[in-house]
Amino acid sequence: MGLSLLMFSIARVMPGDPARIALGSRAPEWVVQKLREEMHLEDPFHVQYYYWFKGVLHGDFGTSLYTRRSVARDIKEFLPASLELALYAGIFIGIMGVILGVISGWYNNRWVDSVVRIISYMGIITPSFVFAIFFMLIFAYALKILPAISRISSDLILPPRITGIITFDALITGHFGVFFDALRHLLLPAISLALGPMSQEARLTRTTLVGNLGKDYVMTQRSYGTPERIIMFKYLLKPSLIPTISIYGLDFAAIIGNAFVVELIFNWPGLSRYGMNAILQKDLNAVVAVVMVYGVLFVVVNLIVDLAVRFLDPRIRLGEKRI
Amino acid sequence: MQRKLAKTKELSRRWESIQRNWYKFSRNRLSIVGLVLVCTIIFIAIFAPYISPHPESAGKFVNFSDVSDPPSLAHPFGTDRFGRDILTRTLFGYRYSLGMAAIVISIMAPIGVVLGLIAGYYRNTWVDTVIMRVTDVFVAVPALILALAVCAVLTPSILHAMFAISLVWWPWYVRMVYGTTCSLKNEFFIQAAEVTGASTAYILFKEILPNCAASILTKMSLDVGWVILIGSTLSFVGLGAQPPTPDLGTMVADASNYLPDLWWEAVFPAFAIMLVVAAFNLFGDGIDDMLGEEKRG
Repeated sequence: MGLSLLMFSIARVMPGDPARIALGSRAPEWVVQKLREEMHLEDPFHVQYYYWFKGVLHGDFGTSLYTRRSVARDIKEFLPASLELALYAGIFIGIMGVILGVISGWYNNRWVDSVVRIISYMGIITPSFVFAIFFMLIFAYALKILPAISRISSDLILPPRITGIITFDALITGHFGVFFDALRHLLLPAISLALGPMSQEARLTRTTLVGNLGKDYVMTQRSYGTPERIIMFKYLLKPSLIPTISIYGLDFAAIIGNAFVVELIFNWPGLSRYGMNAILQKDLNAVVAVVMVYGVLFVVVNLIVDLAVRFLDPRIRLGEKRI
Repeated sequence: MQRKLAKTKELSRRWESIQRNWYKFSRNRLSIVGLVLVCTIIFIAIFAPYISPHPESAGKFVNFSDVSDPPSLAHPFGTDRFGRDILTRTLFGYRYSLGMAAIVISIMAPIGVVLGLIAGYYRNTWVDTVIMRVTDVFVAVPALILALAVCAVLTPSILHAMFAISLVWWPWYVRMVYGTTCSLKNEFFIQAAEVTGASTAYILFKEILPNCAASILTKMSLDVGWVILIGSTLSFVGLGAQPPTPDLGTMVADASNYLPDLWWEAVFPAFAIMLVVAAFNLFGDGIDDMLGEEKRG
C-alpha cells in the first residue's frame, strides 16, 4: 500500500504530460485534452491515486502509454519467463552456495578453501552484466557451445502454454527435446544472475560453519568419537544454514534487480526486459506496474523465508510459544 | 613544563593508538592490498589527465585512422569505434565512478544517520513510526529496481543517477543506526546525560553517535564498492552517464553491441570495475577489522 503510493507519486511528479507523450507532439490539442480527461490527469493528486489504486485492486494497471495494450495482459504474458529465470537462478544459488560454503568450511584454511574463497570473492565484486558479457563471449562466441539469446531455438515449436514456464510446459506435455533446448538457453542467463548472490551465500555459510566449529556441542561430539562427516551433516549444517536462508530474501532482490540488465543482454522475453524497455521509453503505467509486481513478489518471498527460518530455528519457534 | 609534558603525553598516546589501529588493520594482508589499490585508484582518478597516454580521447574525439584497433603497443587496451584509446577512457572512467560514489555517500550517509538517530531516540512515538514506515517502503523494493524506476522518470544523466542511488541507499543507514540507538537508549550513560539536563542534540551527536561510528565508517567504506557497482549498472543500461563521458559501464554497454568483434572495449573496462570494487571491499574489510574489535569488546 505504501509502496503503491510511493511508486505512484514518483510516476506523477515527473515533468511532462503523459497524455501528450502518449499521442505524440503532432496530435491536435482537443484529442490530448480528451485523453487527459480519460486518464483523470486533470484531477487532484489524491483523486488520481484513488482511481489508479481501485484499478490495481481489480487487477487493472491501466494501459501502456505506448502500445495502448493493457499492462495487466503484458505482465501475464511476460512474467512467466522472468519467473523461470529467477527460479533456476534461485535453485542454483541455493545448491551451489551451500555446497561451496560447506566445502570451504570443511577444508577450513586449506588450499581448497582458498580456491572457493577466491571464486566467491570474484562473484561479489563482479556486476552481473559483466558476467553476462563474459559468458556470452566465452561460451556463445568463442566456444560456440551454448546459445546466446532468446528462450528456445527458433526452429522448435513452443509447447502448449499451461504455466508459461517453458521447461515445465515441455515436461508436462512430454516434449523432452524442447525441455533440454530451453534448459540450454536458460543456462547462461541464470548463472550470470546467480553467481553474485551465490558467492554471498557461500561466504556466509562458510563463516557460520567455521564459527560453529568451535562451539561446545561440536567438541562434545568430537570427544565421543563421532565421525567428522556425521558431525558436519547431522549437527553442524542445520544451525549453520539459518543465516544463509535468512539472506535468501535479499538474494532474490538481487536476482530480480539484475534481471533487468541480464534479460536485456540475453534478449530474454521476460517481465524485466519489458520493464526495462518501459523505463527507457518512459512508459510510466508499465514501469509502476512492473515495480509493483516485483515489490509484492519480493515481500512474498521474504515472508516465505521468514517462515522457513522460524521452522529451522528452535530459538525463534520455541521462544514464541513461551510468550 | 607541566603543560608541555601533558602535551607530549597526549601526542604519544595518540601515536600509540594509531599504531594499534594500524596493527589491527594490517593483520590481514589483503587489507593492505586493498589500501594500496584504493590509494592507486584515487591517484589515477585525480591525475588521469597527466598519466594517461592519450588524454584527448576522454571527451568528444574522433580519430578515424585508429578505429576499432585491437590491443597494441600504442593502445594497450585497444581503441573504440571512434578511434579513442580505451586505456585513457578507463583511467578517466575512474574519475566518474569515484566522484559519483563520494558524492552519493556524503549525501545519503548523514541523512540516513540523523534520521536513524532521531527515530531511535524517540522510539515508540509518532516520529519513530513516520520515519521507520517510510524507510520500510523504500526497503521493500529491490534497490536496483527502485533506482531504475527513479531514473526512468528523470532524464538520464549522471546527476540524476546519483540522485536515484542516494534515494534508494539512505534507508539502510537509518535502519542500522536505528538499531544501535534503540539498544543504547536505555543505557545508564544516556540516562545520566538526560538527568543532568543535556540537550537532545548533545545526547544524539555526542553520546550516541560515537557509539555507532565504527559501524557507520565500515559500511561507508564497503558501500563505495556497491555504489560503483550500481552506478555502472545504471550507466550500462543507458540511464547514468551519457556518452561521450568516459564511464566504465557505458563503455561496456557500447562494446556489447558489437560483440564479439570489439571484445577489448568490453573486457578491460569490466576488469576495471571489478578492480575498484575489489579494492574497496578489501579496504572495507580492513576497516572492519580495525574498528570492529572495539565493538566486539
